[in-house]
Amino acid sequence: MPAGMSVEIENIRKLYHTRRGEDVEALSEVSTSIQAGEFVSVVGPSGCGKSTMMMLVSGLIKPSAGRIMVDHEMVTRPRSGVGIVFQRDVLLEWRSVLDNVLLPIEIKHLSRAAYVDKARDLLRLVGLEGFEAKYPSELSGGMRQRVAICRALVQEPGLLLMDEPFGALDALTREQMNVDLQRMWSLAGNTVVFITHSIEEAVFLSDRVLVMSPRPGRVVADLQVDLDRPRGSVARKDSKLVGLVDHIRHLFQVHGVLSEK
Amino acid sequence: METPAQGLGAEPRNRPSAGARLRLWLTDQGTPVLVVLLLLLAWEVAVRLFKVPQFILPGPWEIVRRMVVDWRLILANSTVTIEETLIGFAVSTLVGIPLAIGIVYSPLFEKVSYTVIVSLQTIPKVALAPILVLWFGYGLMPKVAVAFLISFFPIVISTVVGLRSVEQEMIYLARSLGASELQTFIKIRFPKALPNTFGGLKVGIGEAVVGSVVGEFIAAEKGLGYLQLVSNVHLDTVLTFAAVVAISLVGVVLFYAMSAVERLVIPWHQATQGR
Ligand SMILES: Nc1ncnc2c1ncn2[C@@H]1O[C@H](COP(=O)(O)OP(=O)(O)OP(=O)(O)O)[C@@H](O)[C@H]1O
Ligand SMILES: [Mg+2]
Repeated sequence: MPAGMSVEIENIRKLYHTRRGEDVEALSEVSTSIQAGEFVSVVGPSGCGKSTMMMLVSGLIKPSAGRIMVDHEMVTRPRSGVGIVFQRDVLLEWRSVLDNVLLPIEIKHLSRAAYVDKARDLLRLVGLEGFEAKYPSELSGGMRQRVAICRALVQEPGLLLMDEPFGALDALTREQMNVDLQRMWSLAGNTVVFITHSIEEAVFLSDRVLVMSPRPGRVVADLQVDLDRPRGSVARKDSKLVGLVDHIRHLFQVHGVLSEK
Repeated sequence: METPAQGLGAEPRNRPSAGARLRLWLTDQGTPVLVVLLLLLAWEVAVRLFKVPQFILPGPWEIVRRMVVDWRLILANSTVTIEETLIGFAVSTLVGIPLAIGIVYSPLFEKVSYTVIVSLQTIPKVALAPILVLWFGYGLMPKVAVAFLISFFPIVISTVVGLRSVEQEMIYLARSLGASELQTFIKIRFPKALPNTFGGLKVGIGEAVVGSVVGEFIAAEKGLGYLQLVSNVHLDTVLTFAAVVAISLVGVVLFYAMSAVERLVIPWHQATQGR
């Protein structure tokens, strides 16, 4: 079992230079630290810099100031051991489900044979047994997103970054995916940074929820979720969970994101 | 409880009657076939009724009859045209796809080559054909050259569009996995471009037929274009029409052959499924 990776975000700022020559400040002064094996959600209004934060942690883009450490090493470019699930599934249409899951293995020139069983296990875990040979175009949106998650997990990442992975799914599928994700995480023991629009989803899944302000994004609250695991559909009605959800909603009202009028 | 009468009544729903099947076939594929047959019939009737001289307009029956009688002649000339077309098309593909890759990967190369390609495209190829004959003589070469010139444009353009259609997220995915530029090209960009490329290839192969026939018009001793020209000079209009039909048959066959290759190479593409 891979140990989770820790993440340190230290005084991060991110400016985007637009084509018109102005600078857009996406993130201002974000600091937080995520322990190895922790499941942390990030919630915040649209455009507050959540995706930006994920891209920074992944090393795909560089911060304007501050630094990020993953597993005690400074992030300067994408590093191995980090899996990403993008908002859209980004499956390769010309590859079968199994070959999509094995893409990271192929790119890293690892032995395919050594990972085929692992890939099949992952697909079985998310209820996609028997779909290994199908093309993505033959799957539903929820099934595709599950394949994308398997692809991120096949290399046994110590850190899993997920950017609103269930944003495009219907409520029922989404609830099921939450349960599936929780199970996979408890088996893998990795660190997860999970970005979402849904306050309830964040609280249901996480050990900790980071609440962000509107752009330029800052962390305005860092809330611990003390609920027993595994959490089932009963936990969704738990008074602690409901209380936290209400609290976060209130925070958004304070910051002018949610209005009563 | 179900009565026997009801059981019998349900039967036709499972097995449509001969009449229903015929109607289904007629609406599905029969109608176009029927329309074409009716048009041919009208043509045949009109030619006989108004006693149109054969050297002006022969009837379809006469054309078909001639194609059967002279099948060796037509086949021999078709083989020539097909050969020119396929060579020209192969050169187009071998030049066009690398050219498209160069255009996508190098902005400087894009600026230079786009100007050349587009200005080349605006010249009518018929105008170029005599020059090509001057350079390459009467043999295979000038026809191949016209076929190439006329068919490589759609292949280049569609491949460029395809290579550019890769989403930013896919590139991010590749980079996050530590993929090299070459791996990103082989595993993502190129396969992603294939549906577009095949679109260009299917247009291109039809254009290549036109190109080789045009080449044959200018200077040739064989080929369907030559056959058409010579029969025309001899006022053998039936044979001229037979040659035209053969040209279009060659085009149709090559197009469907290309579609078959497409289904083989990119079975995952939705447009290749179903129809
Ligand atoms: N490449 C870019 N160039 C310029 N500005 C950008 C770029 N990417 C993001 N931005 C800006 O930075 C801000 C934060 O964007 P980001 O995508 O991180 O938001 P987000 O919180 O993920 O939003 P959403 O919830 O809608 O996905 C936005 O205001 C956006 O306009
Ligand atoms: Mg986002």
